[in-house]
Amino acid sequence: MSKAKPKVAFYWCSSCGGCEESIVDLAEDILKVVAAVDIVFWPVALDFKKKDVEAMPDKSIAVSFINGGIRMSEQEEMAHLLRRKSQLVVAHGACAHLGGIPGLANFWNKDTIFRKVYQTTVSTDNPGKIVPQEKSVVDGYELTLPRFWDTVHPLNDVIDVDYFLPGCAPHRDLIINAVTAILEGKLPPKGSVLAPNKSCCEDCDRNDTKPEKLTIKEIKRPHEVLLDPEKCFLAQGVICMGPATRSGCGERCIEGNMPCRGCMGPTDQVYDQGAKFLSAFASILDTNDEKEIERIVSTIVDPAGTFYRFSLPSSILKRKRMEAVK
Amino acid sequence: MSNGTFEPRLVGFLCNWCSYTGADLAGTARMVYAPNIRIIRVMCSGRVDPQFVLKAFREGADGVLISGCHPGDCHYQEGNYKALRRHRLLSKMLEQFGIEKERFRLEWVSASEGTKFQLVCNEFTEQIRKLGPLNLHQNGGRHEQGQA
Ligand code: SF4
Ligand code: SF4
Ligand code: SF4
Ligand code: FES
Repeated sequence: MSKAKPKVAFYWCSSCGGCEESIVDLAEDILKVVAAVDIVFWPVALDFKKKDVEAMPDKSIAVSFINGGIRMSEQEEMAHLLRRKSQLVVAHGACAHLGGIPGLANFWNKDTIFRKVYQTTVSTDNPGKIVPQEKSVVDGYELTLPRFWDTVHPLNDVIDVDYFLPGCAPHRDLIINAVTAILEGKLPPKGSVLAPNKSCCEDCDRNDTKPEKLTIKEIKRPHEVLLDPEKCFLAQGVICMGPATRSGCGERCIEGNMPCRGCMGPTDQVYDQGAKFLSAFASILDTNDEKEIERIVSTIVDPAGTFYRFSLPSSILKRKRMEAVK
Repeated sequence: MSNGTFEPRLVGFLCNWCSYTGADLAGTARMVYAPNIRIIRVMCSGRVDPQFVLKAFREGADGVLISGCHPGDCHYQEGNYKALRRHRLLSKMLEQFGIEKERFRLEWVSASEGTKFQLVCNEFTEQIRKLGPLNLHQNGGRHEQGQA
């Protein structure tokens, strides 16, 4: 028998499934990965159970790729279990890295989310106003459900994370580079984000069309204008998160003529992506007049949701103030 | 904590050239003002990164003040206009986070306006006293979940 292959696990937490898809989308390259490793746990694709992982010796998994944020107790439990069993843990995708789109739920809390989802949406028919309970007794059996928290957390809030694979979902080249680096043992320092440490603008084809002194008088949303397919979005008055976002995604939104929404998160120099963007963006508003500033600001719909679209749970404020959630 | 015993914690970012000197004047002239503000000197109001403001709130400030030179008087020409634009946008965003506009204040205080600085500190302290504590440090902590 040949030398034992490194064991790899994949797991999902509060996620959309897109990051799982990003593995499958490696297409023929996945076969190389599959040939090189032993997949020992992958609930989406293979029938392994939690008890199988529990039975493994500690640190016997070479690397666990965990996608999704942490929103429920069960996810934290699984993250701890995989941490214990693995030599390396990679936060796979924007949700595990920063909280991601599901992290926007941090503008609410458990009660308001449950009320909306189980009672007040138009398509809900729940006259008994039943909401999931952590414990319920049916025919003498006690049934339990994981606890749903008020706040979504990025993976490194609950366990030590070795590497971050950014993006919603991560670009295939980044995944392949990461897997190759792991298999060859050529890894950057622990804690690194496995993508170039430069801004999206630096790699953007439209950067040359960005004027030396960029200024904005009117802010437009992508659906309100016919977007020029070559000109820098900011120069068109459209919010583009490129200046505050890490490169490495292949600038795929921009190629599709959509501005960058920021899924790769900030570069190493920046702690809070939203605040950094806000700072840069406010600087280019083309007026010094107080009233005019206020007018322009009033036309920015949902700054918090726009600037923190992917990074709210890992931002400085992390969530909406609890007392203010109604 | 009841508002009766609540002492607001305020953080003030003051520009070196005008507002810090103004605050200094208030001090040397022995003007009495509310002791609630912790002053951080920055070179210019335009140097105040919004991350500093968020960090101050996150670390327990109930209110944050940015104070710079009057429009037209900034030592670096335009820094205070930059601060003004950031302040208006950040205020709007803070409200989405449940942090009231009144907790984040921008003022122009010149080097000779010790009295204005005194007034701003007193007013701001009283305003925040009425609003009550922000309690942000209890938010989004790892085990806030435990209370659910
Ligand atoms: S990062 Fe994007 S693709 Fe991956 S789970 Fe989150 S939302 Fe889905
Ligand atoms: S702001 Fe957006 S469109 Fe403009 S150069 Fe940067 S990434 Fe490209
Ligand atoms: S362009 Fe921006 S939003 Fe689109 S994939 Fe790249 S980083 Fe993400
Ligand atoms: S130096 Fe005072 S605001 Fe710029």
